[in-house]
Amino acid sequence: MARTLFEKIWDAHVIRDLGDRWALLHIDRHLLHDLSGPPALTEIARRGLTVRNPELVFATPDHAVSSRPGRDAKTFGLGGHLYDALKAGSQAAHIRFFDLGEEGQGIVHVMGPELGLVLPGVTLICGDSHTCTNGGLGALAFGVGQSESAHALATQTLRQQKPRLMRIRFEGEMGRGVAPKDLILHLIGKLGAAAGSGYAIEYAGSAIRGMPVEGRLTICNLSVELGAKYGLIAPDEKTFDWLEGRRFAPQGAESHAALDNWRELYSDEDAVFDRDEVIDVASISPTVSWGTSPEQVMPIDGIIPDPAIVVDPEERKARRAALDYMGLEAGQRIAGTKVDWVFIGSCANSRITDLREAAILARGRHVAAGVTAWVVPGSETVKRQAEAEGLDRIFLDAGFEWREPGCSICVAANGERVPTGARAVSTSNRNFVGRQGPGARTHLASPAMAVAAAVAGVLIDARRM
Amino acid sequence: MQPFVTVKGPAAPLMQANVDTDVIIRIERLTAGADLGHYALEALRYLPDGRPNPDCVLNEPRFVGAPILLAGRNFGCGSSREGAVTALMGMGLRCVIAPSFGDIFYSNCFQNGMLPVVLPERDVERLATLACKGDVTVDLGAGVVVTPDGDEISFVIDRLRREALLDGLDDIGLTLKWADDIAIWQRADRAMRPWVWKTQGEDRI
Repeated sequence: MARTLFEKIWDAHVIRDLGDRWALLHIDRHLLHDLSGPPALTEIARRGLTVRNPELVFATPDHAVSSRPGRDAKTFGLGGHLYDALKAGSQAAHIRFFDLGEEGQGIVHVMGPELGLVLPGVTLICGDSHTCTNGGLGALAFGVGQSESAHALATQTLRQQKPRLMRIRFEGEMGRGVAPKDLILHLIGKLGAAAGSGYAIEYAGSAIRGMPVEGRLTICNLSVELGAKYGLIAPDEKTFDWLEGRRFAPQGAESHAALDNWRELYSDEDAVFDRDEVIDVASISPTVSWGTSPEQVMPIDGIIPDPAIVVDPEERKARRAALDYMGLEAGQRIAGTKVDWVFIGSCANSRITDLREAAILARGRHVAAGVTAWVVPGSETVKRQAEAEGLDRIFLDAGFEWREPGCSICVAANGERVPTGARAVSTSNRNFVGRQGPGARTHLASPAMAVAAAVAGVLIDARRM
Repeated sequence: MQPFVTVKGPAAPLMQANVDTDVIIRIERLTAGADLGHYALEALRYLPDGRPNPDCVLNEPRFVGAPILLAGRNFGCGSSREGAVTALMGMGLRCVIAPSFGDIFYSNCFQNGMLPVVLPERDVERLATLACKGDVTVDLGAGVVVTPDGDEISFVIDRLRREALLDGLDDIGLTLKWADDIAIWQRADRAMRPWVWKTQGEDRI
């Protein structure tokens, strides 16, 4: 019978069929970070249980560590406790811990793929909703809470109910200056932030096939902003080349066996999806968010939509509240809106390719007066690679701060925040009320758009630079 | 885990869409180990200076400590932080009724004895308009929500989820009984996909 990519991976991991689409699934990879890792480890210890397969679990601090240059675990005091708990808990359970300053430390969803810990066809969880990022390599990856994380530590399994399946085909050629981030923001705007609820989403189509692996990770990263717990892309030769030689990727004879296995990972031609959508990417412009939900997006050359035209009263009220929070007026052009902060980082856009793209635009230019602009590499490896290529110099010369790897002000869990009322252009994935700090106003955008805003001091179409 | 059988009490109408888990509980409150119930939905319940927001429905005396929340679509979207559930429970909530939920939040509810009920939008809106008239009853065993007028609205919930919640079952304890099945599966997998199990990285011999 024809099966989808998702079903092939799911079926291969079922230990017990529990009926009603429920299964006990094997979990091949489990990542822990400093926020959700400690409570799960504590729960295991409290119950007197042991971690069943510590060799399949990996830990690193990312959320609550400072990104200040020269930081250590204590730079942010409250985060220091979480760091200590994660480190001690990992060591006690014989879990590999990637420490600050060591290659392997970084945002979990950046370091996992980059080390080759994430592989096509594996099941992977983390106590973090953006775990769906890893689906970009063809893994069945999803976020869980700390209770399910504890369950997986104790049993290396999870009870899961098979979701419905949606396929999104991005067809056509992306315009000049249009990034994967623009594609996914556009999609969320079109379908809505709840469209993926209850679904696993497979991204396909010519634009996905033509896209580098990093772009695919960005696309999958924002699946959860579409409401979906899982996003994934069939691995192809690009994926296999990208993984080759990575620290934890299979080597030698084993890599041949792995490749044979991975080449079977695609949706069969007549596989059935519960929902199928096609997006024409040629019509997509650089996209920014204007509101407080990732579905509230618009092309950079557009006019801020008027809530008055919305029929549904609840939706109209929500849009008014969003405009009010954002300090924006309907009917105005979004371009030209003054910007105070720029953040280039997060599990959406902090990989080496993102920083290269940002550096191309930043080179020889300077951050506008009154704008604070940060570049926070996604991992220690990204940081070192960028420094080897001289990207740090380009950013520093242009007036950006070059910081230490972690989640930083995407989630503002580490004492860093965008000031109240300040307007930030951010390459992250959430523009929720208070996400980057109480009263902070976030515009989601691609790395190129973020650099353009930093240099111009206003929201601007990066293609005009 | 705390079982859930029946809850009766006021149902607070927070009828806005996309209430995300960052709004439900700020991440800094989690890192600081704060009293989560106090800080639940703080951007809505409190003014910037920390005083209660008089315009917030959750601050109306009849809804303070209400065990049931009526919410808009996609409630609990965003981050997987389980503190979002414990924060709401810290406010006294045991049940949220909404047209749809964020998937991870939905799962997290069941891990903590909180019942998320999915009802069509028009039913949630009807409950919201009746909220001032009296108590709502949510009966998980019968699978019904009883309005203040005494009308019954039935809801569907997955059988496994329902049984686990009614009995307050412990998932970890149950799964550990299948340790043999897990061991057999893993043994076979080591032979079939050895590369998945070679996790020593550059340290391997």
